[in-house]
Amino acid sequence: MGTNAEKDPISGQYTTGHEWDGIKELNTPLPRWWVWVFYATIVWAVAYWVLYPSWPTLSGYWQGTLGWHSRTQVVQEIDQAKSAKAVYLSKIQNASLEDIVKDKDLLNFALTGGRSIFNENCAACHGGGGVGAYGFPNLADDQWLWGGTLDDIKTTITYGVRNTNPNSHQSEMPAWGGGDPLSDADLNNLAEYVLSLSKSSTDQAAAQKGLDIYAERCTPCHGEAGEGNQAVGAPALVSGLWLYKGKSQKAEIMSQVRNPKGGVMPSWSDRGMDETTLKILAVYVHSLGGGK
Amino acid sequence: MSILKHHAKIETNVVLLMVGILLTVIIGGIVEIVPLFTITETIEKVEGVRPYSPLEQEGRNIYVREGCYVCHSQMIRPFRDEVERYGHYSLAAESMYDHPFQWGSKRIGPDLARVGGKYSNDWHVRHLNNPRDVVPESIMPTYSHLHTPLNFDDIVANMKTLRVVGVPYTADDIAHAKDDIVAQASNAASTDALLQRYPKASVGKKDKTTDQITEMDALVAYLQMLGTLVDFSTEKPDAIR
Repeated sequence: MGTNAEKDPISGQYTTGHEWDGIKELNTPLPRWWVWVFYATIVWAVAYWVLYPSWPTLSGYWQGTLGWHSRTQVVQEIDQAKSAKAVYLSKIQNASLEDIVKDKDLLNFALTGGRSIFNENCAACHGGGGVGAYGFPNLADDQWLWGGTLDDIKTTITYGVRNTNPNSHQSEMPAWGGGDPLSDADLNNLAEYVLSLSKSSTDQAAAQKGLDIYAERCTPCHGEAGEGNQAVGAPALVSGLWLYKGKSQKAEIMSQVRNPKGGVMPSWSDRGMDETTLKILAVYVHSLGGGK
Repeated sequence: MSILKHHAKIETNVVLLMVGILLTVIIGGIVEIVPLFTITETIEKVEGVRPYSPLEQEGRNIYVREGCYVCHSQMIRPFRDEVERYGHYSLAAESMYDHPFQWGSKRIGPDLARVGGKYSNDWHVRHLNNPRDVVPESIMPTYSHLHTPLNFDDIVANMKTLRVVGVPYTADDIAHAKDDIVAQASNAASTDALLQRYPKASVGKKDKTTDQITEMDALVAYLQMLGTLVDFSTEKPDAIR
């Protein structure tokens, strides 16, 4: 405290004893509790340095007397989470898909877990909530390319579609266009007929002409009435729900007949999903709205 | 209090204050600088990490140019929620050839450290072209301008520069740089030599809108290799400290 310190009559505090152009500065000490908290943080820091990894050394770093490491902690946390889920997971592993759906607790667990798994792995193509996108099937409607029962869905997820897994769904729609064997006029008539199956044709005369072409070339897979065939992944053309939906649906159909597209879905068992996860996911997808 | 009295001495004596500041800065500096001397021990030794192939490096340059790092990190931290979502936590070795690294500091979009192989090539092209086509709720900007031809005249200079800062490109790598770009971005060319130099590179034409090599090809080739180099079925880094 300076020698010229004087007591300020208003606040009751001493000044620092300095004066700058008539301005004096109050010497208000920090509150005592604040100072002690400050010292406590210093003590805390020193204890922390000793217990936890902290200072670099010439040959590495101080590892701390507790031996704590973020990498061992994350392994522990994952193990803990696994054992916390183990009761449900082992029940699901041993239950059939039908039993999981019947058991309220298991169903809740599967739907909650299934949503995370779906969002992380499936939503990229099938969309949030499974609404699908151009070329990626909608899973929330009641049309299924490869079957919509619990077992069908699980099979499709497990092995995928048109990939290198020998058990994956394989089917290839033949190309009919390019004048061999169908001319562009034939394609137009055929497309009109296909549209008429879902009562959306605008040219009945052309649709009539397309009937014979359809009967000859398309019925083996898509069925006489366009009801489709899930054994070969042939879409039901009567549904009016299109995997390749365009502004002009006729143009999309003609393009598909001329130069067919076929989507690829990975085999999720090959990508490391275990049996229990596959079951949970199948139950979730089945619940999206259209499960048979 | 007696300590506070001494503190007033430091604050009112210029020389003492300077000495005090210098000591503080030296300690802070040492803590930050010393680990760089032991960097060889800081970076775990894991199998598989290699320099980027020329096409991947071009893709990486586009990634930096477009500012992808502003919204996407490339750093999976060792927390349960991140490991379960993105995969094994990132290792220092996995970004040792990154100049500059792309760890990022903000996630508006998801982490990309292990995005390689997670989606198909077609998905990436459609997603970059218009993210809403595949993720309706996405707020990512469109990158349809990446369908433009890739200018890779600078790749040799780029690789030579990277070699100066420590990326072990060989003279052979640099001599074949342009051939490697063509080989990796086309379906026709032989990729044996390329894959010898850069194992696990994602080969083949990605951008189907044109036969030319586009910026899209480069960026998708880069994205498809991210985080795929280390085989975690054999590497167990939680034992490596």
